[in-house]
Amino acid sequence: MGYSKRYDGRKFDELRPIEAKAGVIKNADGSAFFKIGKTVAYAAVYGPRELYPRFLQNPKTGILRCNYNMMPFSGMGDRVRPGPSRRSKEISMVTQKALNPVINLEEWPNAVVDVFIELTQTDAGSRCAGICAASIALADAGIPMKDLVAAVSVGLVDDKVVVDLDYKEEAYEGGPVADIPFAYIPSLGQFSLLQMDGEISKENLFKALEKAKVISENLIEIQRNALKEKYSLDGDSK
Amino acid sequence: MGELLVKNKELVVPGQQVAKGMDNLPGKGTYRNGDFIIASKLGLISVDGRAIKIISMSGRYLPKAGDTIIGKVVDITMSGWRVEINSAYTSMLTLKDASSDFIARNADLTKYFALGDYLVAKIVNVTSQKLIDVTTKGPGLRKLPRGRIVKVNCNKVPRIIGKQGSMVTMIKDATGCRITVGQNGLIWLEGEPEKEILAVNTIKMIESQSHVPGLTDKIKVFLEKSTKTKLSNGTKVVKGE
Repeated sequence: MGYSKRYDGRKFDELRPIEAKAGVIKNADGSAFFKIGKTVAYAAVYGPRELYPRFLQNPKTGILRCNYNMMPFSGMGDRVRPGPSRRSKEISMVTQKALNPVINLEEWPNAVVDVFIELTQTDAGSRCAGICAASIALADAGIPMKDLVAAVSVGLVDDKVVVDLDYKEEAYEGGPVADIPFAYIPSLGQFSLLQMDGEISKENLFKALEKAKVISENLIEIQRNALKEKYSLDGDSK
Repeated sequence: MGELLVKNKELVVPGQQVAKGMDNLPGKGTYRNGDFIIASKLGLISVDGRAIKIISMSGRYLPKAGDTIIGKVVDITMSGWRVEINSAYTSMLTLKDASSDFIARNADLTKYFALGDYLVAKIVNVTSQKLIDVTTKGPGLRKLPRGRIVKVNCNKVPRIIGKQGSMVTMIKDATGCRITVGQNGLIWLEGEPEKEILAVNTIKMIESQSHVPGLTDKIKVFLEKSTKTKLSNGTKVVKGE
Protein backbone atom coordinates (compact mmCIF):
# COMPACT_ATOMS: atom_id res chain seq x y z
CA MET A 1 0.00 0.00 0.00
CA GLY A 2 2.86 2.34 0.73
CA TYR A 3 3.10 5.56 2.66
CA SER A 4 0.01 7.40 1.45
CA LYS A 5 -0.36 10.10 4.07
CA ARG A 6 2.26 11.65 6.32
CA TYR A 7 1.90 11.17 10.06
CA ASP A 8 1.47 14.86 10.75
CA GLY A 9 -0.69 15.51 7.69
CA ARG A 10 1.88 17.49 5.76
CA LYS A 11 2.23 17.38 1.99
CA PHE A 12 5.13 15.25 0.82
CA ASP A 13 7.18 18.28 -0.13
CA GLU A 14 6.12 20.49 2.74
CA LEU A 15 8.44 21.65 5.49
CA ARG A 16 7.45 21.63 9.13
CA PRO A 17 6.51 25.08 10.50
CA ILE A 18 9.63 27.18 10.85
CA GLU A 19 10.44 30.02 13.19
CA ALA A 20 13.70 31.92 12.96
CA LYS A 21 15.09 34.84 14.90
CA ALA A 22 18.41 36.63 14.89
CA GLY A 23 20.20 38.19 17.85
CA VAL A 24 18.75 36.14 20.69
CA ILE A 25 21.94 35.92 22.75
CA LYS A 26 23.11 39.39 23.73
CA ASN A 27 26.59 38.43 24.88
CA ALA A 28 27.52 36.81 21.59
CA ASP A 29 28.82 38.71 18.57
CA GLY A 30 26.03 37.08 16.58
CA SER A 31 23.31 34.62 17.42
CA ALA A 32 20.18 32.97 16.14
CA PHE A 33 17.27 30.77 17.05
CA PHE A 34 15.92 28.29 14.53
CA LYS A 35 12.92 26.09 15.12
CA ILE A 36 11.63 23.58 12.62
CA GLY A 37 8.71 21.53 13.87
CA LYS A 38 9.74 20.29 17.29
CA THR A 39 13.47 20.67 16.66
CA VAL A 40 14.91 23.78 18.28
CA ALA A 41 18.45 25.04 17.69
CA TYR A 42 20.31 28.01 19.13
CA ALA A 43 23.56 29.23 17.63
CA ALA A 44 25.99 31.73 19.08
CA VAL A 45 28.96 33.13 17.20
CA TYR A 46 32.02 34.59 18.92
CA GLY A 47 34.85 36.26 17.10
CA PRO A 48 36.88 36.63 15.01
CA ARG A 49 39.11 36.27 18.04
CA GLU A 50 42.58 35.04 18.95
CA LEU A 51 43.12 31.34 18.41
CA TYR A 52 44.98 29.15 20.84
CA PRO A 53 46.63 26.61 20.89
CA ARG A 54 48.90 28.20 18.41
CA PHE A 55 49.40 25.17 16.17
CA LEU A 56 45.77 25.47 15.08
CA GLN A 57 46.37 28.94 13.67
CA ASN A 58 46.42 29.38 9.93
CA PRO A 59 48.52 32.36 8.83
CA LYS A 60 46.68 32.57 5.52
CA THR A 61 43.15 32.87 6.82
CA GLY A 62 40.96 32.76 9.89
CA ILE A 63 39.30 29.48 10.63
CA LEU A 64 35.81 28.42 11.54
CA ARG A 65 35.25 26.18 14.53
CA CYS A 66 31.86 24.65 15.17
CA ASN A 67 30.52 22.88 18.19
CA TYR A 68 27.28 20.94 18.07
CA ASN A 69 25.69 19.89 21.31
CA MET A 70 22.42 18.28 22.28
CA MET A 71 21.21 19.21 25.73
CA PRO A 72 20.63 16.35 28.18
CA PHE A 73 16.86 16.85 28.19
CA SER A 74 16.54 17.43 24.44
CA GLY A 75 15.87 13.89 23.31
CA MET A 76 12.65 11.95 23.04
CA GLY A 77 12.46 10.89 26.67
CA ASP A 78 15.91 9.44 27.14
CA ARG A 79 18.56 11.56 28.77
CA VAL A 80 21.30 12.50 26.32
CA ARG A 81 24.61 11.97 28.05
CA PRO A 82 26.31 15.37 28.24
CA GLY A 83 29.73 16.02 26.78
CA PRO A 84 31.31 15.29 23.44
CA SER A 85 30.38 12.00 21.87
CA ARG A 86 31.34 10.28 18.65
CA ARG A 87 28.11 11.54 17.11
CA SER A 88 28.38 15.16 18.24
CA LYS A 89 32.01 15.36 17.13
CA GLU A 90 31.08 14.13 13.69
CA ILE A 91 28.21 16.59 13.41
CA SER A 92 30.41 19.45 14.58
CA MET A 93 32.81 18.55 11.81
CA VAL A 94 30.22 18.28 9.04
CA THR A 95 28.65 21.55 10.20
CA GLN A 96 32.00 23.28 9.91
CA LYS A 97 32.48 21.79 6.44
CA ALA A 98 28.97 22.80 5.41
CA LEU A 99 29.54 26.43 6.37
CA ASN A 100 33.17 26.82 5.35
CA PRO A 101 32.58 27.31 1.58
CA VAL A 102 30.56 30.49 2.12
CA ILE A 103 32.60 32.30 4.71
CA ASN A 104 35.66 34.34 3.91
CA LEU A 105 38.06 35.05 6.76
CA GLU A 106 41.09 36.09 4.75
CA GLU A 107 41.01 39.46 6.48
CA TRP A 108 41.49 37.68 9.80
CA PRO A 109 44.65 35.53 9.59
CA ASN A 110 45.46 33.38 12.63
CA ALA A 111 42.05 34.12 14.12
CA VAL A 112 39.07 31.92 14.81
CA VAL A 113 35.32 32.28 14.58
CA ASP A 114 33.61 30.04 17.09
CA VAL A 115 30.10 28.77 16.46
CA PHE A 116 28.30 27.10 19.32
CA ILE A 117 25.14 25.22 18.43
CA GLU A 118 22.91 24.04 21.22
CA LEU A 119 19.80 21.95 20.72
CA THR A 120 17.20 22.32 23.40
CA GLN A 121 14.72 19.97 21.80
CA THR A 122 15.08 17.50 18.96
CA ASP A 123 12.76 15.65 16.64
CA ALA A 124 15.10 14.67 13.79
CA GLY A 125 16.84 17.10 11.48
CA SER A 126 18.91 18.60 14.27
CA ARG A 127 22.15 19.00 12.33
CA CYS A 128 20.23 20.85 9.61
CA ALA A 129 18.47 23.10 12.09
CA GLY A 130 21.89 23.73 13.60
CA ILE A 131 23.38 24.72 10.26
CA CYS A 132 20.48 27.08 9.51
CA ALA A 133 20.83 28.70 12.92
CA ALA A 134 24.59 28.99 12.48
CA SER A 135 24.16 30.55 9.05
CA ILE A 136 21.90 33.28 10.45
CA ALA A 137 24.17 33.79 13.45
CA LEU A 138 27.28 34.18 11.29
CA ALA A 139 25.58 36.81 9.15
CA ASP A 140 24.38 38.55 12.32
CA ALA A 141 27.97 38.59 13.59
CA GLY A 142 29.02 40.51 10.48
CA ILE A 143 31.22 37.74 9.12
CA PRO A 144 31.85 38.18 5.39
CA MET A 145 30.01 35.39 3.60
CA LYS A 146 29.08 34.69 0.00
CA ASP A 147 25.63 33.44 0.80
CA LEU A 148 23.48 31.96 3.50
CA VAL A 149 23.32 28.20 3.79
CA ALA A 150 20.06 26.28 3.69
CA ALA A 151 19.91 22.89 5.33
CA VAL A 152 17.14 20.40 5.88
CA SER A 153 16.66 16.72 5.20
CA VAL A 154 15.03 15.02 2.26
CA GLY A 155 14.53 11.32 1.83
CA LEU A 156 12.38 8.36 1.16
CA VAL A 157 9.70 6.85 3.33
CA ASP A 158 8.55 3.55 1.84
CA ASP A 159 7.66 4.53 -1.73
CA LYS A 160 7.44 8.29 -1.33
CA VAL A 161 10.12 10.93 -1.74
CA VAL A 162 9.57 13.32 1.14
CA VAL A 163 11.01 16.51 2.54
CA ASP A 164 11.99 17.25 6.14
CA LEU A 165 11.53 13.93 7.89
CA ASP A 166 10.58 13.92 11.53
CA TYR A 167 11.59 11.26 14.02
CA LYS A 168 8.50 9.12 13.48
CA GLU A 169 9.15 8.96 9.76
CA GLU A 170 12.80 8.11 10.25
CA ALA A 171 11.68 5.22 12.39
CA TYR A 172 9.09 3.99 9.84
CA GLU A 173 9.09 0.23 9.72
CA GLY A 174 6.75 -0.63 6.85
CA GLY A 175 9.38 -0.29 4.14
CA PRO A 176 12.68 1.26 3.12
CA VAL A 177 13.57 4.62 4.62
CA ALA A 178 16.28 7.03 3.53
CA ASP A 179 17.18 10.14 5.50
CA ILE A 180 19.39 12.54 3.57
CA PRO A 181 20.42 15.66 5.45
CA PHE A 182 21.87 18.23 3.08
CA ALA A 183 23.13 21.79 3.07
CA TYR A 184 22.80 23.81 -0.10
CA ILE A 185 24.38 27.10 -1.18
CA PRO A 186 22.00 28.63 -3.73
CA SER A 187 24.27 31.24 -5.30
CA LEU A 188 27.04 28.69 -5.88
CA GLY A 189 24.58 25.93 -6.79
CA GLN A 190 26.54 23.56 -4.58
CA PHE A 191 25.75 21.08 -1.88
CA SER A 192 28.07 21.49 1.08
CA LEU A 193 26.62 18.68 3.16
CA LEU A 194 25.23 15.41 1.90
CA GLN A 195 24.88 12.44 4.17
CA MET A 196 22.54 9.50 4.11
CA ASP A 197 21.14 7.00 6.47
CA GLY A 198 19.17 4.14 4.86
CA GLU A 199 18.79 3.12 1.27
CA ILE A 200 17.45 4.80 -1.85
CA SER A 201 17.52 4.18 -5.60
CA LYS A 202 19.49 6.40 -7.91
CA GLU A 203 16.34 7.84 -9.52
CA ASN A 204 14.77 8.66 -6.20
CA LEU A 205 17.98 10.21 -4.94
CA PHE A 206 18.06 12.62 -7.86
CA LYS A 207 14.36 13.33 -7.39
CA ALA A 208 14.98 14.08 -3.72
CA LEU A 209 17.91 16.37 -4.47
CA GLU A 210 15.87 18.32 -7.00
CA LYS A 211 13.27 18.87 -4.30
CA ALA A 212 16.07 19.87 -1.97
CA LYS A 213 17.13 22.70 -4.27
CA VAL A 214 13.57 24.01 -4.50
CA ILE A 215 12.89 24.08 -0.76
CA SER A 216 16.28 25.65 -0.12
CA GLU A 217 14.90 28.85 -1.60
CA ASN A 218 12.21 28.93 1.08
CA LEU A 219 14.71 28.34 3.83
CA ILE A 220 16.99 31.11 2.59
CA GLU A 221 14.01 33.45 2.48
CA ILE A 222 13.15 32.63 6.09
CA GLN A 223 16.75 33.23 7.15
CA ARG A 224 16.85 36.56 5.33
CA ASN A 225 13.63 37.70 6.93
CA ALA A 226 14.92 36.76 10.37
CA LEU A 227 17.96 38.98 9.84
CA LYS A 228 16.01 41.87 8.36
CA GLU A 229 13.49 41.69 11.16
CA LYS A 230 16.16 42.07 13.81
CA TYR A 231 17.60 45.21 12.30
CA SER A 232 14.29 46.85 11.45
CA LEU A 233 12.80 46.08 14.87
CA ASP A 234 15.66 47.91 16.56
CA GLY A 235 14.42 51.14 15.07
CA ASP A 236 10.82 50.85 16.21
CA SER A 237 11.49 49.79 19.76
CA LYS A 238 12.24 52.32 22.49
CA MET B 1 21.89 47.96 -18.92
CA GLY B 2 22.79 48.06 -15.31
CA GLU B 3 20.21 48.51 -12.65
CA LEU B 4 20.05 48.54 -8.89
CA LEU B 5 17.89 45.82 -7.41
CA VAL B 6 17.63 47.47 -4.01
CA LYS B 7 17.20 51.02 -2.80
CA ASN B 8 20.08 53.11 -1.50
CA LYS B 9 20.42 52.73 2.30
CA GLU B 10 18.38 49.52 2.25
CA LEU B 11 19.31 46.64 4.53
CA VAL B 12 20.78 43.67 2.69
CA VAL B 13 21.87 40.22 3.86
CA PRO B 14 24.67 37.99 2.55
CA GLY B 15 23.81 36.35 -0.76
CA GLN B 16 21.28 38.98 -1.74
CA GLN B 17 21.50 40.35 -5.28
CA VAL B 18 22.19 44.05 -5.14
CA ALA B 19 22.65 45.12 -8.75
CA LYS B 20 22.48 43.67 -12.23
CA GLY B 21 24.68 44.45 -15.19
CA MET B 22 28.21 45.70 -15.63
CA ASP B 23 27.54 49.41 -15.01
CA ASN B 24 28.17 49.17 -11.30
CA LEU B 25 31.32 48.16 -9.46
CA PRO B 26 31.42 45.90 -6.44
CA GLY B 27 32.87 47.76 -3.44
CA LYS B 28 33.48 46.77 0.16
CA GLY B 29 31.19 43.99 1.37
CA THR B 30 30.06 42.93 -2.09
CA TYR B 31 31.31 40.67 -4.84
CA ARG B 32 30.54 40.02 -8.48
CA ASN B 33 29.04 36.77 -9.65
CA GLY B 34 28.54 36.87 -13.42
CA ASP B 35 26.04 39.56 -14.21
CA PHE B 36 25.15 40.29 -10.59
CA ILE B 37 26.66 42.16 -7.70
CA ILE B 38 25.93 40.26 -4.53
CA ALA B 39 26.13 41.30 -0.89
CA SER B 40 28.64 39.43 1.23
CA LYS B 41 27.85 41.15 4.50
CA LEU B 42 24.91 42.21 6.53
CA GLY B 43 24.50 45.96 6.32
CA LEU B 44 23.16 49.02 4.56
CA ILE B 45 23.70 49.60 0.87
CA SER B 46 25.57 52.73 -0.02
CA VAL B 47 25.84 53.77 -3.65
CA ASP B 48 28.77 56.04 -4.35
CA GLY B 49 28.85 56.90 -8.03
CA ARG B 50 29.25 53.58 -9.79
CA ALA B 51 30.61 51.75 -6.80
CA ILE B 52 28.31 49.90 -4.46
CA LYS B 53 29.44 49.17 -0.95
CA ILE B 54 27.95 47.94 2.27
CA ILE B 55 28.06 49.78 5.56
CA SER B 56 28.48 47.05 8.14
CA MET B 57 26.23 46.97 11.18
CA SER B 58 28.02 44.29 13.14
CA GLY B 59 31.38 42.62 13.35
CA ARG B 60 34.57 42.91 15.34
CA TYR B 61 36.97 45.80 15.00
CA LEU B 62 39.48 45.35 12.18
CA PRO B 63 42.58 47.42 12.99
CA LYS B 64 43.53 50.06 10.46
CA ALA B 65 46.60 52.30 10.38
CA GLY B 66 45.80 55.83 11.48
CA ASP B 67 42.92 54.91 13.78
CA THR B 68 42.86 56.40 17.26
CA ILE B 69 41.91 53.68 19.68
CA ILE B 70 41.65 52.94 23.37
CA GLY B 71 43.61 49.95 24.58
CA LYS B 72 44.57 48.17 27.76
CA VAL B 73 48.07 47.10 28.73
CA VAL B 74 48.07 43.33 29.14
CA ASP B 75 51.77 42.47 29.14
CA ILE B 76 55.18 44.07 29.44
CA THR B 77 58.06 42.78 27.37
CA MET B 78 61.72 43.65 26.87
CA SER B 79 60.94 46.16 24.18
CA GLY B 80 57.61 47.59 25.23
CA TRP B 81 54.02 46.89 26.12
CA ARG B 82 51.43 44.56 24.67
CA VAL B 83 48.11 46.36 24.34
CA GLU B 84 44.73 44.73 24.02
CA ILE B 85 42.55 46.67 21.57
CA ASN B 86 39.15 44.94 21.50
CA SER B 87 39.96 43.06 18.32
CA ALA B 88 41.13 39.57 17.37
CA TYR B 89 44.71 40.78 17.68
CA THR B 90 46.77 42.56 20.29
CA SER B 91 49.06 45.43 19.46
CA MET B 92 52.60 46.33 20.42
CA LEU B 93 53.63 49.63 21.93
CA THR B 94 57.39 49.88 21.63
CA LEU B 95 59.61 52.04 23.86
CA LYS B 96 60.38 54.29 20.95
CA ASP B 97 56.70 54.93 20.27
CA ALA B 98 55.71 55.25 23.91
CA SER B 99 57.51 58.31 25.09
CA SER B 100 60.03 60.85 23.95
CA ASP B 101 61.89 60.43 27.27
CA PHE B 102 65.10 58.48 27.36
CA ILE B 103 64.31 55.09 28.84
CA ALA B 104 67.33 53.23 30.19
CA ARG B 105 67.93 49.64 29.23
CA ASN B 106 66.78 48.10 32.49
CA ALA B 107 64.31 50.77 33.56
CA ASP B 108 61.08 49.85 35.29
CA LEU B 109 58.57 50.09 32.47
CA THR B 110 55.58 50.13 34.83
CA LYS B 111 56.52 53.74 35.62
CA TYR B 112 55.20 54.64 32.20
CA PHE B 113 52.42 52.12 31.71
CA ALA B 114 51.55 49.44 34.24
CA LEU B 115 49.57 46.29 33.64
CA GLY B 116 45.89 47.08 33.37
CA ASP B 117 46.36 50.71 32.41
CA TYR B 118 44.12 52.09 29.73
CA LEU B 119 45.57 54.39 27.11
CA VAL B 120 44.62 56.37 24.06
CA ALA B 121 46.88 55.32 21.23
CA LYS B 122 47.15 55.63 17.52
CA ILE B 123 47.74 52.72 15.19
CA VAL B 124 50.96 53.33 13.30
CA ASN B 125 51.15 50.23 11.17
CA VAL B 126 49.26 47.03 10.47
CA THR B 127 50.94 44.21 8.57
CA SER B 128 49.23 41.62 6.40
CA GLN B 129 49.54 39.19 9.28
CA LYS B 130 47.95 41.73 11.60
CA LEU B 131 51.00 42.62 13.63
CA ILE B 132 50.01 45.98 14.98
CA ASP B 133 52.17 48.84 16.18
CA VAL B 134 50.68 51.67 18.18
CA THR B 135 52.07 54.92 19.45
CA THR B 136 51.24 57.20 22.35
CA LYS B 137 53.31 60.07 21.00
CA GLY B 138 51.01 62.70 19.55
CA PRO B 139 48.29 65.18 20.46
CA GLY B 140 45.64 63.66 22.69
CA LEU B 141 47.45 60.33 23.00
CA ARG B 142 48.07 59.47 26.63
CA LYS B 143 47.48 57.25 29.59
CA LEU B 144 43.96 57.29 31.04
CA PRO B 145 44.39 57.46 34.82
CA ARG B 146 40.76 57.89 35.93
CA GLY B 147 37.26 57.73 34.50
CA ARG B 148 35.37 54.85 33.09
CA ILE B 149 35.41 52.75 29.96
CA VAL B 150 32.32 51.86 27.96
CA LYS B 151 32.32 49.23 25.26
CA VAL B 152 30.13 49.70 22.21
CA ASN B 153 29.75 48.09 18.81
CA CYS B 154 32.65 49.53 16.80
CA ASN B 155 30.42 49.88 13.72
CA LYS B 156 28.37 52.48 15.59
CA VAL B 157 31.36 54.69 16.44
CA PRO B 158 30.87 57.07 13.49
CA ARG B 159 27.32 57.67 14.69
CA ILE B 160 28.43 58.35 18.25
CA ILE B 161 30.96 60.88 17.01
CA GLY B 162 28.49 62.42 14.57
CA LYS B 163 29.19 64.73 11.68
CA GLN B 164 32.34 66.70 12.55
CA GLY B 165 31.96 65.43 16.09
CA SER B 166 28.54 67.03 16.56
CA MET B 167 27.07 64.21 18.60
CA VAL B 168 29.93 63.68 21.00
CA THR B 169 30.39 67.44 21.43
CA MET B 170 26.74 67.69 22.37
CA ILE B 171 27.16 65.01 25.05
CA LYS B 172 30.28 66.73 26.34
CA ASP B 173 28.46 70.07 26.58
CA ALA B 174 25.39 68.64 28.25
CA THR B 175 27.16 66.48 30.79
CA GLY B 176 30.41 68.32 31.28
CA CYS B 177 32.24 65.01 30.92
CA ARG B 178 35.50 64.59 29.13
CA ILE B 179 35.00 61.94 26.49
CA THR B 180 37.36 60.14 24.14
CA VAL B 181 35.92 57.79 21.57
CA GLY B 182 38.20 55.07 20.23
CA GLN B 183 37.63 53.70 16.73
CA ASN B 184 37.76 50.21 18.23
CA GLY B 185 34.53 50.70 20.15
CA LEU B 186 35.97 51.62 23.54
CA ILE B 187 34.92 54.96 24.95
CA TRP B 188 36.54 56.69 27.90
CA LEU B 189 34.71 59.28 29.91
CA GLU B 190 35.26 61.21 33.08
CA GLY B 191 33.14 63.71 34.99
CA GLU B 192 30.68 64.02 37.85
CA PRO B 193 29.42 60.55 38.77
CA GLU B 194 25.75 61.23 37.90
CA LYS B 195 26.78 62.96 34.72
CA GLU B 196 28.96 60.03 33.78
CA ILE B 197 25.97 57.76 34.08
CA LEU B 198 23.89 60.09 31.94
CA ALA B 199 26.63 60.13 29.31
CA VAL B 200 26.85 56.33 29.35
CA ASN B 201 23.10 56.03 28.94
CA THR B 202 23.14 58.49 26.08
CA ILE B 203 25.90 56.56 24.35
CA LYS B 204 23.98 53.29 24.78
CA MET B 205 20.92 54.98 23.35
CA ILE B 206 22.82 56.15 20.28
CA GLU B 207 24.25 52.67 19.85
CA SER B 208 20.86 50.98 19.87
CA GLN B 209 19.18 53.55 17.63
CA SER B 210 22.05 54.34 15.33
CA HIS B 211 20.03 53.88 12.14
CA VAL B 212 17.15 56.16 13.14
CA PRO B 213 17.07 59.31 11.01
CA GLY B 214 17.22 62.61 12.91
CA LEU B 215 18.89 60.95 15.86
CA THR B 216 20.93 64.02 16.76
CA ASP B 217 17.75 66.00 17.47
CA LYS B 218 16.27 63.16 19.45
CA ILE B 219 19.39 62.88 21.59
CA LYS B 220 19.39 66.65 22.08
CA VAL B 221 15.85 66.56 23.43
CA PHE B 222 16.78 63.65 25.68
CA LEU B 223 19.82 65.46 27.05
CA GLU B 224 17.93 68.71 27.57
CA LYS B 225 15.24 66.87 29.49
CA SER B 226 17.77 64.98 31.62
CA THR B 227 19.92 67.96 32.49
CA LYS B 228 17.04 70.50 32.49
CA THR B 229 19.13 72.94 30.49
CA LYS B 230 18.86 74.36 27.04
CA LEU B 231 21.59 73.33 24.67
CA SER B 232 22.90 75.86 22.21
CA ASN B 233 21.80 75.34 18.66
CA GLY B 234 24.32 73.76 16.31
CA THR B 235 27.04 73.13 18.86
CA LYS B 236 30.08 74.92 17.57
CA VAL B 237 32.13 74.97 20.75
CA VAL B 238 34.77 72.34 20.23
CA LYS B 239 36.78 71.74 23.34
CA GLY B 240 39.87 69.65 23.88
CA GLU B 241 40.05 66.32 22.15
